[in-house]
Amino acid sequence: MPDTKDHETSGRQRALIGAGIAAAAAGAAFVINRKMKADGEEPISDAPEWTFRKRVEGEEGPLTGRSVTINRPRQEVYARWRDFTAFPQFMDNVRSVEKIDDKNSRWTIEAPAGTSVELVTEITADEPGSRIAWKSTEESQIATTGEVLFEDAAPGRGTVVRLVQSYAPPAGVIGKAVAKLFQREPYVQARRDLRRFKQLLETGEVTTNASPSGRTSESPTKARI
Amino acid sequence: MRALTWQGRHDVRVDTVPDPEIVNPRDAILQVTSTAICGSDLHLYDKYIPTLRAGDILGHEFMGEVVEVGAKSTLKKGQRVVVPFTISCGQCFFCEKLQFSACDNSNPAETADASELMMGHPMGAAFGFAHLTGGYAGGQAEYVRVPYSDVGPIVVPDHLDDDQVLFLSDILPTGWQAAENAGIEPGDTVAVWGCGPVGLFAIQSALILGAHRVIAIDHYPARLQLAKGLGAEILDYNEVDVREALDEMTGGIGPDAAIDCVGQESHGLTIDNLVDTVKAHTFLGTERPHALRQMLLAVRKGGRVSIPGVYGGFADKFPLGQMMEKGLTIKQGQTHVQKYTKPLLALIEQGKVDTTFLISHREPLEKAAEMYRHWHDEQNEFTKIVLKTPAVKGFVATASTKQHEPA
Repeated sequence: MPDTKDHETSGRQRALIGAGIAAAAAGAAFVINRKMKADGEEPISDAPEWTFRKRVEGEEGPLTGRSVTINRPRQEVYARWRDFTAFPQFMDNVRSVEKIDDKNSRWTIEAPAGTSVELVTEITADEPGSRIAWKSTEESQIATTGEVLFEDAAPGRGTVVRLVQSYAPPAGVIGKAVAKLFQREPYVQARRDLRRFKQLLETGEVTTNASPSGRTSESPTKARI
Repeated sequence: MRALTWQGRHDVRVDTVPDPEIVNPRDAILQVTSTAICGSDLHLYDKYIPTLRAGDILGHEFMGEVVEVGAKSTLKKGQRVVVPFTISCGQCFFCEKLQFSACDNSNPAETADASELMMGHPMGAAFGFAHLTGGYAGGQAEYVRVPYSDVGPIVVPDHLDDDQVLFLSDILPTGWQAAENAGIEPGDTVAVWGCGPVGLFAIQSALILGAHRVIAIDHYPARLQLAKGLGAEILDYNEVDVREALDEMTGGIGPDAAIDCVGQESHGLTIDNLVDTVKAHTFLGTERPHALRQMLLAVRKGGRVSIPGVYGGFADKFPLGQMMEKGLTIKQGQTHVQKYTKPLLALIEQGKVDTTFLISHREPLEKAAEMYRHWHDEQNEFTKIVLKTPAVKGFVATASTKQHEPA
């Protein structure tokens, strides 16, 4: 026979767990709520839409997403991302991001064979502390949309950052090389960029294994990949 | 500078390579004074660990003097420090939980990919190991770059010699964590498979943590004698059937806890081990877990198994059902070195842990390649090799005079 005290405790625990599940569901719904309908049927999994086996199309191509937990407060993480000009610090293939005005930025992205690609993005949504969305403008050499979502992680664990993007295959001859770069796996780039963003915010520096080796092609100050 | 580089299976050389430089603000550069060859270096030497590249500098047990610091390092030039083999940022979720070897930031964004693919999540980084764990140069060298130098290295007092504190870098905390993971209770008999350096420190730690008895298992007489010197009862598996002996020594119950200080290259001419060896050499498997299979059957019902031994991937014919039926608790993992360095340094200062009894050879770094061959081929005579760099003035190799004499 459980005594009353234990019973009360477990009741409270259940209530807490219930609240937790409700909060998680609300968070998931925020992500999923958009165009989730596969063959007219409502999916039942409480997972972000980019994890479904059936690929979800974004505005400019298949949607890819990647999440990372950063052990820093949500407002700080948001503020660091909001400063696009700092992207080259942690985005490997972004050479520079220049602010045109409050909403528009010009990106220079490294492409194969020493060439580069220009991209102008416009911020389409900015919800301080929770979401920044952007899309490429007409003058861009590639078409892309993206958004980054910021959510509180479990208590004491900082912020969950989700980067969700879609790319259109670029047209024309110059587009071919670019396509190679972007089609290769935007997901891989996002995964690595998010890791570096996390390193920068948590440790104050981007991690590098730069160190000596017996390989003459390498420098002790350059990362070895 | 001079450094020991890996070139291929059973091929290591001391080469002249560039000096390391400060790259990030939290870095420090160490002039290495003492560095040891670890049992897990043999897994690299034997090419059992994937993603090592020709030219990589090995060595994850080292200490020395701080000679250069980055803007955000808290170390000062001239300080003597021992460096944990695990590279850990100190600020991620895992480091804050003191699970330092699971650090989420130390494995660079690019090398983390392969690790994530293989393990499900990217591992933390380590010095002088495979590129799966970050691809950082190791400390079997005159100089080494130490990232996150404000959280890892421990400053050691001048009155302690290098040899007394060097093993804080890996094998002493590893042996200690192994004993801690065995969940030792009063009255417990703890059986330790493997009397290499980690096994010997696990034995010492188990006794300090209150084990009633420790039974040590190996086949090298000299190593078994070192275990006996610490107060363990010993079993040579060439002389006895280990499981029968353990059952009889524990009144039919079996040891309460087992510690695997053997890892993926188990010795012994048994059928399962011969099959595993063939598979490992034909790339059909990475493990030869004969000793681990044996201890899962030997440990008592409801017992505990602690695995500090290194494994690289997938094992065959693993007694999973036996683990379930017997209700075993298994704990394993790379060592959270930074969690243990301070308390263990205190034990060394108080004279409660003997850290030098196992050193059989002290040799110059220049002879490192030769020492790897001895370490691989003559495990009875070579129980622990410490390499001294040219920074140690007046060091003269004393191998012949320093060889331990079995008690």
